[in-house]
Amino acid sequence: MDRLKGKVALISGGARGQGAAEARLFVGEGARVVIGDVLDAEAAKTAQEINTKAGTRAAVAVHLDVTRAADWRTAVEACAREFGGLDILVNNAGIAFMGGVEDTTEEAWESVINVNQKGVWLGMKYAVPAMRKRGGGSIINISSIYGIIGSPGSAAYHASKGAVRLLTKSAAVQYAQDNIRVNSVHPGVILTPMVEQASREQLQPVINMAPMKRPAQPEEVGWCVVFLASDEASFVTGAELVVDGGYTAV
Amino acid sequence: MDRLKGKVALISGGARGQGAAEARLFAAEGARVVIGDVLDDQARTTAQEINAKADGHAAVAIHLDVTRAADWRAAVEACQREFGGLDILVNNAGIFNTTGLEDTTEELWDTVVNINQKGVWLGMKYAVPAMRQRGGGSIVNISSVAGLTGSTGSTAYHGTKGAVRLLTKAAAVQYGPEKIRVNSVHPGIIATQMIDIIPREMRERFTQVVPLRREGTAEDVARMVLFLASDDSSYVTGAEFVVDGGLTAT
Ligand SMILES: NC(=O)c1ccc[n+]([C@@H]2O[C@H](COP(=O)([O-])OP(=O)(O)OC[C@H]3O[C@@H](n4cnc5c(N)ncnc54)[C@H](O)[C@@H]3O)[C@@H](O)[C@H]2O)c1
Ligand SMILES: NC(=O)c1ccc[n+]([C@@H]2O[C@H](COP(=O)([O-])OP(=O)(O)OC[C@H]3O[C@@H](n4cnc5c(N)ncnc54)[C@H](O)[C@@H]3O)[C@@H](O)[C@H]2O)c1
Repeated sequence: MDRLKGKVALISGGARGQGAAEARLFVGEGARVVIGDVLDAEAAKTAQEINTKAGTRAAVAVHLDVTRAADWRTAVEACAREFGGLDILVNNAGIAFMGGVEDTTEEAWESVINVNQKGVWLGMKYAVPAMRKRGGGSIINISSIYGIIGSPGSAAYHASKGAVRLLTKSAAVQYAQDNIRVNSVHPGVILTPMVEQASREQLQPVINMAPMKRPAQPEEVGWCVVFLASDEASFVTGAELVVDGGYTAV
Repeated sequence: MDRLKGKVALISGGARGQGAAEARLFAAEGARVVIGDVLDDQARTTAQEINAKADGHAAVAIHLDVTRAADWRAAVEACQREFGGLDILVNNAGIFNTTGLEDTTEELWDTVVNINQKGVWLGMKYAVPAMRQRGGGSIVNISSVAGLTGSTGSTAYHGTKGAVRLLTKAAAVQYGPEKIRVNSVHPGIIATQMIDIIPREMRERFTQVVPLRREGTAEDVARMVLFLASDDSSYVTGAEFVVDGGLTAT
């Protein structure tokens, strides 16, 4: 229950879905959490629910658009002001876009790349100095199995998630000397609002491609992130953690 | 403390090194453990030490040469007889040498392949039916970073560790529907007796290319194996996990 005791985490896109599951698990393991999202009302509600359950002020919501450097600066400041520092960053915010190479507009391309890729870079850029002050930290970047394999559509999404995979390794190599570990997580099909936009008929064939033949609950990714965030993973950096029910093993 | 409560684990090569670290950690997390090794005395000492620390009968040592089917059958039976079943198999036993391609004799080749590769297959072959009886399980195969990248020597070793990587994925795909998860772990340079054969200056030079600038400990790997053995990784199968201080990220 104390796997993250004393640590402070910043989770982008923590209002709902996987980010919210991580916020709940982190607090359950003794961390304090700043939830950053563009969905202000939902983020505030998630933080409130966590605090009610914890019986203490363990979670705070801040407005964070991951594409804006100023928002990141504020979010990192909030970690220091509210909880005294920053140890863990989960770059989880992301958007899905199904269009293939030809049917992606420049506008759609830029928005996917900005949120999923530039957002991850900016998050690290502003979190690293704060972690350095604490003598180290752990950064977890949420990529996707779509950062490892291709599919008939989702061109910009694939590109952004592939970028996150290597951005992670480059940051891991660069910041190992500062005792900051950086790893990527690659979820398969996870039952969150992101995939619940699709109908069950669209989803089922994809789900069936995974040997486990089921989608995952957000907590099943959340526990992987807890592991990487904790000191249990002290020799793990620059690595990829796939959580896909065997999808990419086929 | 209870992350493996009620589970029974079989660990090959558990007398010393990483396997022993896993046995200790598993028992501390509530599992009962059968340690199989060719080093009978050391296996018994390790089991005794665990039992002295745990309240009650938590560990048993058994003679297991991983190249012998009859030994595996007896080891799995021991899990059932002593502790009522089998939930977790760690295929950890292995041998290492630095011999290059042309200098490798057929005898050396066969020995390395039998232990590191055939041993892993046999372990799974005899563990799966026992896991099926429990409605599922988790198999963790210890490969190496040598199963991901090459080097100037250790030819047979590279071959076997690469084989374990794909054998893992094949088994994950085959047994996913039966809720048996199968994953591989890829340690980097880990300070155990195995690498005593590498001269000290060379080890120091290796450490300089590891981004975290240190050798790993057996416990560093054991905590990863614990994660994969536990239900925290319930949607994780067919995947590979490096514990290498960032070595393969460079
Ligand atoms: N659900 C899946 O099957 C799946 C699979 C692989 C990877 N992922 C990745 O997991 C991560 C989490 O997604 P999820 O499944 O929880 O989906 P989700 O849509 O429920 O959550 C995404 C969150 O990110 C937030 N967000 C979007 N744009 C933002 C921005 N500019 N600034 C700040 N926050 C923003 C959203 O408001 C939302 O709260 C994403 O990076 C996604 O790409 C999801
Ligand atoms: N130490 C490293 O740097 C390193 C790096 C990558 C991978 N590995 C792998 O990790 C695993 C554990 O190695 P370690 O570092 O703990 O080394 P180790 O030599 O201390 O332990 C290996 C154990 O396997 C046992 N073993 C050998 N042959 C056996 C057989 N035929 N049947 C049963 N048991 C047998 C040995 O008796 C010993 O107890 C091995 O598979 C090894 O290849 C080690």
